[in-house]
Amino acid sequence: MWRVLIGRLSTAIPSIAGVIVVTFVLTRALPGDPAVYFAGPTATPQSVEEIRHQLGLDRRWPVQFAYYLDDLAHGDLGNSLSTGQPVLTEILTRLPASAELTLAGLLIAVLIAVPLGVLAAVRPGSWIDHVCRVVSTAGVSLPTFFTGLLLVYVFYFLLGWSPAPLGRLDIFYSAPPMHTGFYLVDSLIAGDLETFRATLSQLILPAFTLGIFALAPLARVTRAAMLAALGSEFVRTARASGLSRWRIVAVYAFRNAILPVVTTLGMVFSYLLGGNILVEKVFAWPGIGSYAIDALIASDYAPVQGFVLAMAALYVTLNLLIDMLYGVLDPRVGISA
Amino acid sequence: MREFFRQARYVVAENPVTGVAFALFLVFVVVALFGPALAPHSPLASNTAEALHPPDAQHWFGTDQLGRDVFSRIVVATRLDLGIAAGAVALAFVFGTGMGLAAGFFGGWADRIIGRLTDTIMAFPLFVLAMGIVAAMGNTVTNIIYATAIINLPLYARLARAEANIRRDAGYVEAARLAGNSEIRIVVAHILPNIMPLMVVQASLTLGYAILNAAGLSFIGLGVRPPTAEWGIMVAEGASSIVSGEWWEALFPGLALMLAVFCFNLLGDGLRDVIDPRNRT
Amino acid sequence: MTSLLTVEDLSIEFRTRSGTVRAIEHAGFQVHPGETLAMVGESGSGKSVTCLAIMGILDAAGRVTSGRIAFRGRDLLHEREACLREIRGRDIAMIFQNPRTALNPIRTAGQQIADVLIQHAGLTPGAARQRAVEMLGQVRIPDPERRARAYPFELSGGMCQRVMIAMALSCQPALLIADEPTTGLDVTTQAVIMELIDEIARTERTATLLITHDLALASEHADRIAVMHAGHVVETAPTQELLVKPRHPYTQSLIAATPGPAAALADLAAIPGSLPDLRREDLPSCRYSERCGRHDKACDAPLSPRLLADNHSVACRHPL
Repeated sequence: MWRVLIGRLSTAIPSIAGVIVVTFVLTRALPGDPAVYFAGPTATPQSVEEIRHQLGLDRRWPVQFAYYLDDLAHGDLGNSLSTGQPVLTEILTRLPASAELTLAGLLIAVLIAVPLGVLAAVRPGSWIDHVCRVVSTAGVSLPTFFTGLLLVYVFYFLLGWSPAPLGRLDIFYSAPPMHTGFYLVDSLIAGDLETFRATLSQLILPAFTLGIFALAPLARVTRAAMLAALGSEFVRTARASGLSRWRIVAVYAFRNAILPVVTTLGMVFSYLLGGNILVEKVFAWPGIGSYAIDALIASDYAPVQGFVLAMAALYVTLNLLIDMLYGVLDPRVGISA
Repeated sequence: MREFFRQARYVVAENPVTGVAFALFLVFVVVALFGPALAPHSPLASNTAEALHPPDAQHWFGTDQLGRDVFSRIVVATRLDLGIAAGAVALAFVFGTGMGLAAGFFGGWADRIIGRLTDTIMAFPLFVLAMGIVAAMGNTVTNIIYATAIINLPLYARLARAEANIRRDAGYVEAARLAGNSEIRIVVAHILPNIMPLMVVQASLTLGYAILNAAGLSFIGLGVRPPTAEWGIMVAEGASSIVSGEWWEALFPGLALMLAVFCFNLLGDGLRDVIDPRNRT
Repeated sequence: MTSLLTVEDLSIEFRTRSGTVRAIEHAGFQVHPGETLAMVGESGSGKSVTCLAIMGILDAAGRVTSGRIAFRGRDLLHEREACLREIRGRDIAMIFQNPRTALNPIRTAGQQIADVLIQHAGLTPGAARQRAVEMLGQVRIPDPERRARAYPFELSGGMCQRVMIAMALSCQPALLIADEPTTGLDVTTQAVIMELIDEIARTERTATLLITHDLALASEHADRIAVMHAGHVVETAPTQELLVKPRHPYTQSLIAATPGPAAALADLAAIPGSLPDLRREDLPSCRYSERCGRHDKACDAPLSPRLLADNHSVACRHPL
């Protein structure tokens, strides 16, 4: 079991190495003068020189790379020009907001897509099958930012059911005491139902926007995997043995179908993490996505690079977890890894 | 070729939606080619007196915050959006296929290096990588094309590599080798034509994704800059208005986006049915 | 002797993209309690489809257009699905070709046998697990305790087939349908598996419907043989009689094409032609006529099996 874990971890190392190299290239080895970028639009030639020396940009590449690695090892991602704060600290502070949003989106997507795909496969040709296929094809065509705006227009402006898209919590409420950073969880821990309700109402629309985005590929894969499982030889054996319909669909077919779905989760997370950025902009969500966008607008360079690195590290970790989850679910993989 | 058209007719007959998608595709191409000539108003002419007017006979899609005609801007933006997507897909197609063929056919260190490269690209959430590249290289439309091309590269490379791998030891390849053809010639003359259909299907399927990507980047302020008309940036410009009820500024460009992507996805599905009927949904 | 299973005038069609396949036409045979009936024929002759129809688990594109399948007097084609589910696995059981793919890859051998026991014998999970280990011992799997916790990919083909046999026989069915149980296994394992099936069938008095393309295998293990060609049952007879005195030209060709210990390879006669395309509208009433050397005008008239002797029926205008 441990050998499998180490094996999985070691496949992540080349990925992390690649990510570090790429972010280094993006940071330093640009056409043009990176120092100008980092110094910002209002810098004098002198401060640009200072920055250049500070960042070690006047040294040879291998030395620069060594300094870069050293900085990373110390958790130094540079400082934000606009706030003067260390980028790493700012990212860590804002991470829970993005995480809560992404996880909520994923939950919504899974809760809708998986039953939809299963039912579509169990009743081919029915209206549910058609809904599933339409959702799968159309869902991939929806621009996240546009669906977000549409939902705001309908549910906030027209129907008045949702609060204004102004972030995680209405100004009348204050954030619950910090335990996990997830407002939903923290407000429950503090027993503060008012804040819980307020948080939920702010979270629903952006989470749904993200969820709709991830829905399509999940529904498609679930349906295809269930169809394959239901048509397989071992399901035929199960039917020939007279097993109940429930057991065949839920235990025999579904548990096998879930494996390709888990494999797809990696790609789904790629979409989610990217879509997160767009959704945060539409709903003024104070996560790392809007942090990066604000920095972009202000030509504040260090946060953007830190953001890319952080997202990539997060993604590699998520893929690792997905791999391990797959290893748990599929006994064939554990041994032959 | 005749076989292709016969198959195509069969698929369209079976699935009229593909025919509709193809017709829509032609409409987009025509609008992209003749855009400015088709627009009733100038896309850049601002007229603050007429700002944020709802759709009427004069302005079919209404006017935006600066009084510009939304319909004209959408029509003109078609060329830019499709152009960006086509450019990105073309680049990814050419370089990705080339790399994949090299990796799959020759194996060895070519395979390892190219594999490393594609794995590294795929280690990032793709949109994030595109953001990083455009931010690093500079905020221009050309860089959006490069960034979108780079993130689509692995897809083509992997497909080409898998196909080349399968065909590497095929009978006709052996025969060509024995006849004295150089390895490069074999790849170009024998392997490439055989995998072309699959790669073309892939291209049409990713065109939609490329459009979404480019629009997304523009939405967050990368690449396209005002006053250029582009669907993504138009939605961004209309974002604040829609929240207060002026829906037309953001809705129409968004619909144009949706329609274009949907059209390309359907087309890709239809093409795939023609090329490889086994894959039908 | 009253029959356990009577198939009468069974016809099955399949709707496909390229037309309707008349897979089975007017097929009929009987299986008596405790006996082994082998159904022999080329691939595509309809043997497996008939079995799936008996079990009621035909593919969705398949339709039974006529006939009767009587099991212990009840017509299975007109029973409710709930009744059929009770019969499957408990009274009629089936084992398949390619045992490793026919088992659930992510469920242990013991669990799969236990599933059947819980369903039909109403055992508790604990009791079912124990009984499963006992069954594994009965099919002579060494170290059954450990093997019960194994997954199919950890077991050899032969062992997987034993697991399937254990599953099938766990509720002591009256009829076992074995669809090419040894195809894909090596020769030694084949012999061992067939021996196992024979022995258990003998001790439990289970009737066996053995599907195979291998006439030699059928001759070694069956009491009676039914020969199928292109969806028709062309001849049915006790084994010895069929082999010594075949009455249908196809049966004779099959025998001539079957390798025996004494025959040289050169002596084997291939059967000319191949199975007719079953989608054709103009299929002749005798589907062998286009491959038969004795075919004439009389063969085009509608055909049904004739009882030649007490136990020997043949569907041919000009029997040998």
